[in-house]
Amino acid sequence: MTTLRPRALILHAPGTNRDAEAALAFRQAGADAEIVPLNVLRAGQRRMHDYAILVVPGGFSHADALGAGKLLALDLRTYFAEEVAAFVASGRPVIGICNGFQALVKAGLLRWADNGARDTINVTLTFNAAGRFECRWVTLAAVPSRCFWTAGLDELIYCPVAHGEGRFITKNPQAAEALQAAGQVALVYAGPDGQPAGGAYPENPNGSTADIAGICNPAGNVLGLMPHPEDHVSRYQHPRWMRGEAGQMGLPLFENGVRYAAQVTGW
Amino acid sequence: MALPIHCLVIGARNGVNPAAASLLADAHALGVLALTDLECYTLYFLEGDIPGSDLDRLSVEVLSDPVAQTSAWRSHLGDGVAAFNNAGAQHHVIETAPRPGVTDRVAEEIARCAHMLGVASVRRAATGQRFVLHGVLTDAERHFLARRLLANPVIQRYAFGPIEPSFPEVSQASALVEVIALRELDDAELLAVSRERRAALDLAEMQAVQQYFREAGRDPTDVEFETIAQTWSEHCVHKTFKARITLPRNRPAWHHSLATKDRVGEQIDKPASEVDGLLRTYLRATTDRIAAPWVRSAFVDNAGIVDFDDEFEISFKVETHNHPSAIEPFGGANTGVGGVVRDVLGVSAKPIAATDVLCFGPQALGMDTALPEGVLPPRRVRSGVVAGIGDYGNKLGVPTVNGAIWYDSGYTANPLVFCGCVGLAPKNRHPRQPIAGDHVVVLGGRTGRDGLRGATFSSMPMDAQTGEVAGASVQIGDPITEKGLIEVVTRAREAGLYHAVTDCGAGGLSSAVGEMGSQVGAEVDVTRVRLKYPGLAPWEIWLSEAQERMVLAVPEAALPKLQALCDTFGIEQTDIGQFTGTGRLLARAGERLILDLDNEFLHNGLPQRRLTAVWPAVGPLGPGADLPAMPDYAGLLLALLRHPNLASKADVIRSYDHEVQGGTVVKPLTGAANDGPADACVLKPMGTGGTRGIVLANGLNPEYGKRDAYRMAVSVVDEAIRNAVAAGADPARIALLDNFCWGDPQRPETLGALVAAVRGCCDAALHYGAPFISGKDSLNNEYTGSDGRRHAIPPTLLISALGLIDDVSQSVTTDLKAPGDLLYLLGEPQGRLGGGHLGLLGMPAYTALAEAGEVPDLAEWAPGLYRALHGAIRAGLVRACHDVSEGGLAVAAAEMCIGGRLGMALSVEAAEPLVALFGETNGALLVEVRAEDAGAFERHLAGQPARRIGHVTAGSQLAIRAGGGGLQLPMAELVSAWSTLPG
Repeated sequence: MTTLRPRALILHAPGTNRDAEAALAFRQAGADAEIVPLNVLRAGQRRMHDYAILVVPGGFSHADALGAGKLLALDLRTYFAEEVAAFVASGRPVIGICNGFQALVKAGLLRWADNGARDTINVTLTFNAAGRFECRWVTLAAVPSRCFWTAGLDELIYCPVAHGEGRFITKNPQAAEALQAAGQVALVYAGPDGQPAGGAYPENPNGSTADIAGICNPAGNVLGLMPHPEDHVSRYQHPRWMRGEAGQMGLPLFENGVRYAAQVTGW
Repeated sequence: MALPIHCLVIGARNGVNPAAASLLADAHALGVLALTDLECYTLYFLEGDIPGSDLDRLSVEVLSDPVAQTSAWRSHLGDGVAAFNNAGAQHHVIETAPRPGVTDRVAEEIARCAHMLGVASVRRAATGQRFVLHGVLTDAERHFLARRLLANPVIQRYAFGPIEPSFPEVSQASALVEVIALRELDDAELLAVSRERRAALDLAEMQAVQQYFREAGRDPTDVEFETIAQTWSEHCVHKTFKARITLPRNRPAWHHSLATKDRVGEQIDKPASEVDGLLRTYLRATTDRIAAPWVRSAFVDNAGIVDFDDEFEISFKVETHNHPSAIEPFGGANTGVGGVVRDVLGVSAKPIAATDVLCFGPQALGMDTALPEGVLPPRRVRSGVVAGIGDYGNKLGVPTVNGAIWYDSGYTANPLVFCGCVGLAPKNRHPRQPIAGDHVVVLGGRTGRDGLRGATFSSMPMDAQTGEVAGASVQIGDPITEKGLIEVVTRAREAGLYHAVTDCGAGGLSSAVGEMGSQVGAEVDVTRVRLKYPGLAPWEIWLSEAQERMVLAVPEAALPKLQALCDTFGIEQTDIGQFTGTGRLLARAGERLILDLDNEFLHNGLPQRRLTAVWPAVGPLGPGADLPAMPDYAGLLLALLRHPNLASKADVIRSYDHEVQGGTVVKPLTGAANDGPADACVLKPMGTGGTRGIVLANGLNPEYGKRDAYRMAVSVVDEAIRNAVAAGADPARIALLDNFCWGDPQRPETLGALVAAVRGCCDAALHYGAPFISGKDSLNNEYTGSDGRRHAIPPTLLISALGLIDDVSQSVTTDLKAPGDLLYLLGEPQGRLGGGHLGLLGMPAYTALAEAGEVPDLAEWAPGLYRALHGAIRAGLVRACHDVSEGGLAVAAAEMCIGGRLGMALSVEAAEPLVALFGETNGALLVEVRAEDAGAFERHLAGQPARRIGHVTAGSQLAIRAGGGGLQLPMAELVSAWSTLPG
């Protein structure tokens, strides 16, 4: 009966800790979600191309030793380079959240791709401007972009950030402008009115360049973002539900991804 | 020939490095104003004949981030840096590196990933830090900064200039076993052995050990002696709480408001003048008398357990990690979280929430001269402890959701770090009994010298040398390995792969294997234990408190399945022996027998301690004082809101991930601007069905403890329960945890105060029908400075409440919701100034009042009031609710205003405005109710002390009229005062 639900692979590396929330969000959005430990993939007990969606969730993979997401990126490049490249090339949706975003960026899967030097990583996520880990709720606005995950999202997303290395920066100002011009900026930090935060703390919680909270690849099927929309998929997760406030959930983002996965794979 | 060592120096590429800015601020706070700027670099050392092209590849691909960081290779001696350090130089270099044997996850990962990239020539890796100090600094200033700020000598070395890295070694155990000739020693010599080996055993205990070995006809090995010392330590066996205590004949001086029949102390002591164990006589007796059918396990397991619903049970444990946090704040607090999480894993539960209650010295202290020798500045203790808790909980993915911070000069040398953990498990699935033939399996981290003699270390007072001598007692956590343990153990439980499980905590394998095999018996080979580095003697392997290890009793047939699980999650599994069925504990080093002890002696052979208590002086600390003539009530309220005990803790709360696991329904910060205080946290654990949730709250008040330990205990039980009820917890379903932190119980007044506090919390628990399910004590929180002066903590009792709420959608928060709503004051405020926060503002007139006054007493009517309030909450009639506690009515009202960004107009009758506004009390709450619900609410509260005292206003102004006085303050001033950071 449920065979028509696209299957999401939730990648679990040592130190991944928001896998269960991601699985829940994808299930609510209409997917079948399976949490798959990295070593199970390595051992060939599961294969990436059997899934319609690839999710790299939040956490502290390998303790963030050598930098957030760095060693998970090395895992992806060392053990799964071809599989991931084929998955991305097939147009199936990929999402990296928080630590997953950091890993995708540092694996070279999310960058400004049109700069001539194709192998150079020219964007990164580094230590928050305030120099410390911070957990707080932020407002995200989807901006017009190539990203399929955020296409047609007209409502803002209200959800928490929880990171110490979430400041998005580019190698130089031109790279940031080029990224925007290429339609690869998908989500920005915003005020309650939906206007970009303009660099102001705490709306922009970490000092990210141009308020960038999430970017996509040129094809639009790979999205990375620092905040946690998977932590706002039910009414009682909203910090002010008891004040009667509701809405701006993260769920539509996941529903978009699942719908898109169904289109691409025909599941 | 020695291999070359390459060193990569990594710095921040653009702009200011936030870590450097924060260190610079700390240096200035420590009084080193000559430091004008500071640069920070990370150092990675690689040993091996590594080609330059491989070095560059490693640097670009994994070791540095080319977009955000600069990086450069140097020969490890550092070209020319020494020249910086001449006298009068404008730049100075200080480099640091971990001491040998200190856990260094990053170094391990460097070696691993070099091999992943195919750079096989990397033999070993190590890490360090480099600081470039700008400004003309003296040698003394540089040493001071190095010791106090840049390095902690307990775990790190430092050098002026390039530092030699310490590389981990490949491991092999030493075979050295010493025999301790005990049998012929006289009393003085026995005590000398206890002292030399830091065993913390008194004469009667040493004599019992001697007697056992005389009967055995041989002397103990060091392995045996150390095992007994750890097993019998205060930390492991709670000698004081099990001691036979002689009580004074005179009646205690505290004032009861309870009828005699409700006082557990009176019932059991009278006419006896002895108590046979505080734990058994009072705490357990209280739980037994309450006999709540929903308590699944109290005082027996690693954590207390209660029913959640038909499917799940919840476990809760709170531990302290005080001594380790005093000498290495980050590592001490870090492993404090790790330890209590393993307690919960030790009852086969999944950790779902963490709590932290912290007591520090005043943050303004910091100049070297103001501190006892060997004591870290409170500012550094605080930042290290908070970072350590955040690091562990955040990486583990366990939300830190409830806590408190208290500042008092009594905590300067002895900070307190209470770490709690809540677990969730399917009901009755925790296996508890090993079977003969089961394998003794160690899971998780490797064993090193970390934490040797930690149990006895934490059972002794500290002195100026403690940091140096006990360096080995400090551990550094590895939360990612612990995360792997959680994945493996919870799945192994589901698959039924073990018959018993426990954590390796104090006493290491000796305690874990000893306790698990205390009936069935066990035999292990210590040479099978995997080591971090070579040279550990058998007793060190057996006693090491290396973190992130669990011990399981695994039937032979399940070993391959468990191994497969471990492989999936990258956890090491080591089979070190078997449970035997002989009832004896045996350890071998290869073929050689190094430990052979009768379990009966090990676990029941400890002579009961005999202690004597005298009732402490109770009541006012000072002579009577007059109320000041013309108080500035508004100014006092702002000063209270600025006091670090009461001011916003948002900076700390936000450094913890309180959202992970997606179940935090009432967060630690609430209200219109997400910055108001919460009385309690409400969780809806992921994976549970229905609407039921967990409520977590706590109570702590050492200021009362200085004056009256009995009433302090009564008050903190009330505060914890009141906070939980205010958030919506069912008062009939609240379980309590007790954590006593006290001074040296050998002193009769200190012990008397402890007895009083135990009786107080038991009286209150009985009164509220809230059973204790777990408890822990940390005694000897004293510090003798090199001047010979004793620095003891104030008597401190933390009560943690674990409540249930049937429907999380009925949770209540403290923030005001809408103008026009009515405000009710519930309870009869006792208006006590004794021990009140008015006395902590540095204003002599008010300090005198707080010294002269009485502290709040048990509110006899409170249980009925809380039941009635809960009924009103269930009926949906309560929009906001906040307890009236430290700082009294005015502070409670201000906090509700701040949370809702709404005003309040209150009017209370008062003979004395100061008392009405700021007097402290038990049992009182301030409640917001819709005007149209007034009738229904009042019917629910019929017969209870409750009165309407005002309403919510749109005008963003707090206005309170109290008799002939009062105050008016605008929101901006309230928010600004309350947002003041400590120090």
